[in-house]
Amino acid sequence: MTDTALPAKIRSRRRREAIAPLDFTRRRWLKAVLLANFIFLYFPIVALIAFSFNNSKRNITWQGFTFDYYKKAFNNTALHDAFMNTITIASTSTLVSTILGTMLGLILHRYKFPGKGPFDSWIHLPIVIPEVCLGVAMLAFFTMFKIPLGLFTVTVSHIAFSIPFVAVVIRSRMSGFDPALEEASQDLGASEWQTFWGVTFPYMIPGVVAGALLALTLSLDDFVITFFTTGPGSTTFPIKIYSMVRFSVTPEVNAASTVLIVLTLTLTILAMWIQSRSDKKAKTDG
Amino acid sequence: MQDWRRNKLVFSILLIPPTAWLVIFFTIPLAVVWVYSFGQRGPLGETIITFSFANYLRTMEWVNLYITLKSLWIATVTTTICLAMGFPLAMGVAFAPPRYKNLLLLLVILPFWTNLLIRTYAWIAVLRTNGYVNFFLEWVWSGLDWVFGGMLGQFQPLEMLYNQGAVIVGLVYVNLPFMVLPLYATLEKLDKSYLEASLDLGASQWRTLFSVTVPLALPGIFTGGLLSFILALGTYLTPDLLGGTDSIMIGNLIAQQFGPARDWAFGSAISFILMYVTFACLWVKAVLAGREGAVNY
Repeated sequence: MTDTALPAKIRSRRRREAIAPLDFTRRRWLKAVLLANFIFLYFPIVALIAFSFNNSKRNITWQGFTFDYYKKAFNNTALHDAFMNTITIASTSTLVSTILGTMLGLILHRYKFPGKGPFDSWIHLPIVIPEVCLGVAMLAFFTMFKIPLGLFTVTVSHIAFSIPFVAVVIRSRMSGFDPALEEASQDLGASEWQTFWGVTFPYMIPGVVAGALLALTLSLDDFVITFFTTGPGSTTFPIKIYSMVRFSVTPEVNAASTVLIVLTLTLTILAMWIQSRSDKKAKTDG
Repeated sequence: MQDWRRNKLVFSILLIPPTAWLVIFFTIPLAVVWVYSFGQRGPLGETIITFSFANYLRTMEWVNLYITLKSLWIATVTTTICLAMGFPLAMGVAFAPPRYKNLLLLLVILPFWTNLLIRTYAWIAVLRTNGYVNFFLEWVWSGLDWVFGGMLGQFQPLEMLYNQGAVIVGLVYVNLPFMVLPLYATLEKLDKSYLEASLDLGASQWRTLFSVTVPLALPGIFTGGLLSFILALGTYLTPDLLGGTDSIMIGNLIAQQFGPARDWAFGSAISFILMYVTFACLWVKAVLAGREGAVNY
């Protein structure tokens, strides 16, 4: 029986009933703890976003609402260039890492092969090793082979650390796939190629989209690895924000940051939504 | 699952491109750093491979050992605070009525989806001398000053930024979700009849918490603890932005060697030590997970 099924009068009476022993969320101290935790989690970000609209340089007392700092950030050519670089890098990285990551995810899902255990651990390494270690390794590698640091090196590094994440998403999507479908398709005379595009791939699509969105967010958000592989003319948006932050705290930085927050939040929520929708569909289908 | 020999062509078409990419742009760079770690800094700042352990021995020198020990200390403190804050938070989410559960969980994860750099930057605005915390304290102070008739004098803003405290606050902020999610996962599937049995048999809420709930939640505590420990230990950005000269951590030491100090051989050695420590933690986590029943995070 749910609360919502009860008429309002009874519900309000229930609220005053004694708190059940395990009904911790109705205890005042736990509510206070939860509230304190959420204030800790949200205050800095909410303040940052709010003060990007504040009509004051000092950034501490509210002086009225304005879009001025967004205009200023938009007209800042360096910031503008950095944004374009980020878009170029992120879109290339997303395209390549989605294709390669999908292939890798399929391999891990479909095949038994000797050395699969160690191979699997090796694939997860880029996810677990500290970002600084990966960043300096890329720097050492590019310098050793005399590859000039720039858009190319940043993109290549982003692809490398995004592939495993895409592979993990694809693999978890494929774990719900019924291999009998592929067998049926081949029994009915389709070739392996036709089976892949006609049966397997349509099932994978939500995973591919979610993986691509994850790769896109990873690339848009990355700071540490980009910091070590970036060269003249390839400053990305986070790197530009970093250099502005080092300089001073201004509403303009807040405005630029808010743009990035909104962008990544939208993409992440979109990915979550696609995944949960396809999970639900998988449940009702099978 | 298919055997790879059934269709070797398809298998190799799928296998070779991503594997080649990861070998060239991940494994070879790590191998380069590994070889560099046995090298030496040349007169022009270049790296000469000398096959010596000198760099590893140098990490044992007090200046460097001090930074390593301090990083371990900061990571431990961060993990402890994360646990102290995360446990009640995870309890709150796990024991919430079902219709609020997903919303609360989403609220815990949401800040984690915003950019790391921006989340760290946000704390500068909160903690700096003319930041929000000092602004609030000044307001309280002037109120008290008015009550006491000006006996307190001028408000002195607190120096809360560019020190170890600020680094710890920043790290707790960034790592809290990594602690809460595994804790939530264990508390959520915990059989609540054990708690009821304990309470029915006369144990107090506190006794039940420490003798029943916490022992049952140990796998989650270990997983969350190790995750936030690893992440705090390998951090670079947080001490870089929120820390001062005294709060350099291993990550910053590595970056320094590859940047201004230009001693790549030494930087490579520290980098590998940090990776070995990370792997050791992950191994402990895997062993514990195998024994206690895995938590999926």
